[in-house]
Amino acid sequence: MSEQWIFALEVTLNGLMAGVLYALVALGFVLIYKASGIFNYAQGVMALFAAMTLVGIMQGQVPFSHVINALFGTHVTHFGWSVHGFLAILLTVVVMIGLAWLVQVLVMRHLVGQEPIILFMATIGLAYFLEGVADLMWGSEIKTLDVGLPQGINLWIDETTLNWFGYGFFIDNLDIVATCIAALLVGGLVLFAQYTKQGRAMRAVADDHQAALSVGISLNFIWVLVWSVAGFVALVAGIVWGTKSGVQFSLSLIALKALPVLMLGGFTSIPGAIVGGLIIGVGEKLFEFAIGPLVGGATENWFAYVLALLFLVFRPQGLFGEKIIERV
Amino acid sequence: MKLKLTTLALTAVMAAGPAMADLVFPWLSYRTGPYAAGGIPLADGYSDYFTLVNERDGGIGGLPARVLECETGYNTEKGVECYESTKGEGALVYQPLSTGITYQLIPKVTADNIPMHTMGYGRTSAKNGKVFSHVFNYPVNYWDGASIAVNHVLDLNEGSLEGKKIVLLYHNSAYGKEPIRTLEELSKKHGFDLTALPVDHPGQEQKSQWLQIRRERPDYVFMWGWGVMNQVAIQEASNIRFPMENFIGVWWSGAEIDVLPAGEKANGYKSLALHDTGKGFPIYDDLQKYVVDAGKASGSGDQLGTVLYNRSLYLGFLAHMAALKAQEIHGVDEITPAMMRDGMESLEITEEMMQKAGLPNFGPEFSVNCENHGGPGLGMVQQWDANAKSWSLITDPIASDKDVVNPLILADSGAFAAENKIAERCN
Repeated sequence: MSEQWIFALEVTLNGLMAGVLYALVALGFVLIYKASGIFNYAQGVMALFAAMTLVGIMQGQVPFSHVINALFGTHVTHFGWSVHGFLAILLTVVVMIGLAWLVQVLVMRHLVGQEPIILFMATIGLAYFLEGVADLMWGSEIKTLDVGLPQGINLWIDETTLNWFGYGFFIDNLDIVATCIAALLVGGLVLFAQYTKQGRAMRAVADDHQAALSVGISLNFIWVLVWSVAGFVALVAGIVWGTKSGVQFSLSLIALKALPVLMLGGFTSIPGAIVGGLIIGVGEKLFEFAIGPLVGGATENWFAYVLALLFLVFRPQGLFGEKIIERV
Repeated sequence: MKLKLTTLALTAVMAAGPAMADLVFPWLSYRTGPYAAGGIPLADGYSDYFTLVNERDGGIGGLPARVLECETGYNTEKGVECYESTKGEGALVYQPLSTGITYQLIPKVTADNIPMHTMGYGRTSAKNGKVFSHVFNYPVNYWDGASIAVNHVLDLNEGSLEGKKIVLLYHNSAYGKEPIRTLEELSKKHGFDLTALPVDHPGQEQKSQWLQIRRERPDYVFMWGWGVMNQVAIQEASNIRFPMENFIGVWWSGAEIDVLPAGEKANGYKSLALHDTGKGFPIYDDLQKYVVDAGKASGSGDQLGTVLYNRSLYLGFLAHMAALKAQEIHGVDEITPAMMRDGMESLEITEEMMQKAGLPNFGPEFSVNCENHGGPGLGMVQQWDANAKSWSLITDPIASDKDVVNPLILADSGAFAAENKIAERCN
């Protein structure tokens, strides 16, 4: 095998891994859109908020300490304890459920029956509000997140591929772990949706709000549930991305990576998010590898959207999206 | 009756007006947005410096200094809005803190007769004071930085880079592209192979770039990054086991926030430095006494001693010295922006001045004049010690290669002058 083909194979594998990371973010969008028809602009900020809350809890940080100190002239920053990663994750999940409940009670409940664009605008407001709250609550500095996920080159793959091809492939351990987490997450979501009462109710609401209401399903409860699950997915995405780069504001921008995935995979399909993520990941990495050097590089951001647009032309609802048929 | 009315009117006017004029130092900050982690220590340092000057020295020439912060979020449009909304308040010197904003403000500050200082960023050819009358970028600029980095690796390789490979990993923006031309010239001169790899904003995903670096096995990687791009790059470099001592960032890629997320794996990473690091300077005793303990610190006071906090202390010091020079030149305390420009153009920084300010050996001695708004082009190299969690300077000041940098500056500024029909000054 020629050297360029070997390099392309390595790029493809890394593209698949990157695609899984994009899909992790896209999953949160899909869950909320599928159940409520809302395109949740705040999904990226939710990942940031969740990751900041997790680090804050782990480090025993006093929430809103800047505000408290400014108001009362105190100098409190930390409680003086640290919390184990696993417990901190559980506590963060509780916070995200609380957030979901607040979003439902304070915002979404009052907008039932409104046009989708109004709901979308509400989530834009929510995104900026959450950004500000996260800063106030935990501060703007970059935080190191370490919940024990391994990072760095996988030596076994490096050595094995070196023996096979004469060139050791680079695959990040974190990407491998993220792939396993994504598989577990998707599996868990499918099991939840198929085999639990709440999951079936969620699917019923997703299929038809009115019909679900008529059989006694509480729309409020389901929406809180969906936002909670999306919050959990955001936490998982925040953990993986935050481990890579530290927890900081830019984490909220990972949503930009999820948009082409959604366009390609469809807004209503969990498998679509995964397959879309993989196609975008591999597509953008291979394009950068093959064409990037000829055009000055930095093609990934725009090429992902070009790829998504190409798919849209032929299949507007995305690869796995539900076909929209409107009869007049 | 007439006298009484006049007295009353005068009293009313005096009561309504400010008790004393102040010297306004605008600061285009970014305490929010994707670059806030860097913007906060920068804003805190500048503000704290002038709070110290007011509290300890009673201001500048007896007049209080006022830092006028305007939030840009590192957004160019907002930066221009900030400029327009603050320039009427007697703004003495602008610090745009963004190359994008700098480019937009160059014609505006020139027309409004307000000086602008872009230390270690902005339009490099603004060093040519014959063309850029109101823009100053002393004591060092990007092209100097590129040359200083090359000179450092030349020192490490016994003066020869023949056949070596250097990759420039840069933020795909006006800022990141600045050193390319200089490095291209230097690669011709020294015979090294240069590859420039852009990273799109914000830089959260750099897998392609680091796979390429791993394939090409360069001897050195230079980085012109900012924000999350820095943290991700250092993490990715450690992931591919790139030797950290061969990874050199510009001074905007060399703060604590850039290396801490990578933990011990960032050990040995290098960056260029404009000034010394840490809290080991007498000014910190005064800051503690007059600013922090007095509850007058900007922000939460937790940024003291960081690289970026020190940078804006240095910026504050240079603005302070220029204001004093302007007062001296014009013989008045209440200086105008035009007078401030004169002070900046006649600025001379000596070791004695730095010692007096509590910043001994903090930066280079230098002077500015009509032709040279960029100072000496000196920079150091600092290295990260992950165990001690601190930076240390590992070189003396290194001079840039003026034979390469100056012709580029003349060519670029000449093109700008021709395009904008600017007659050269300083004749």
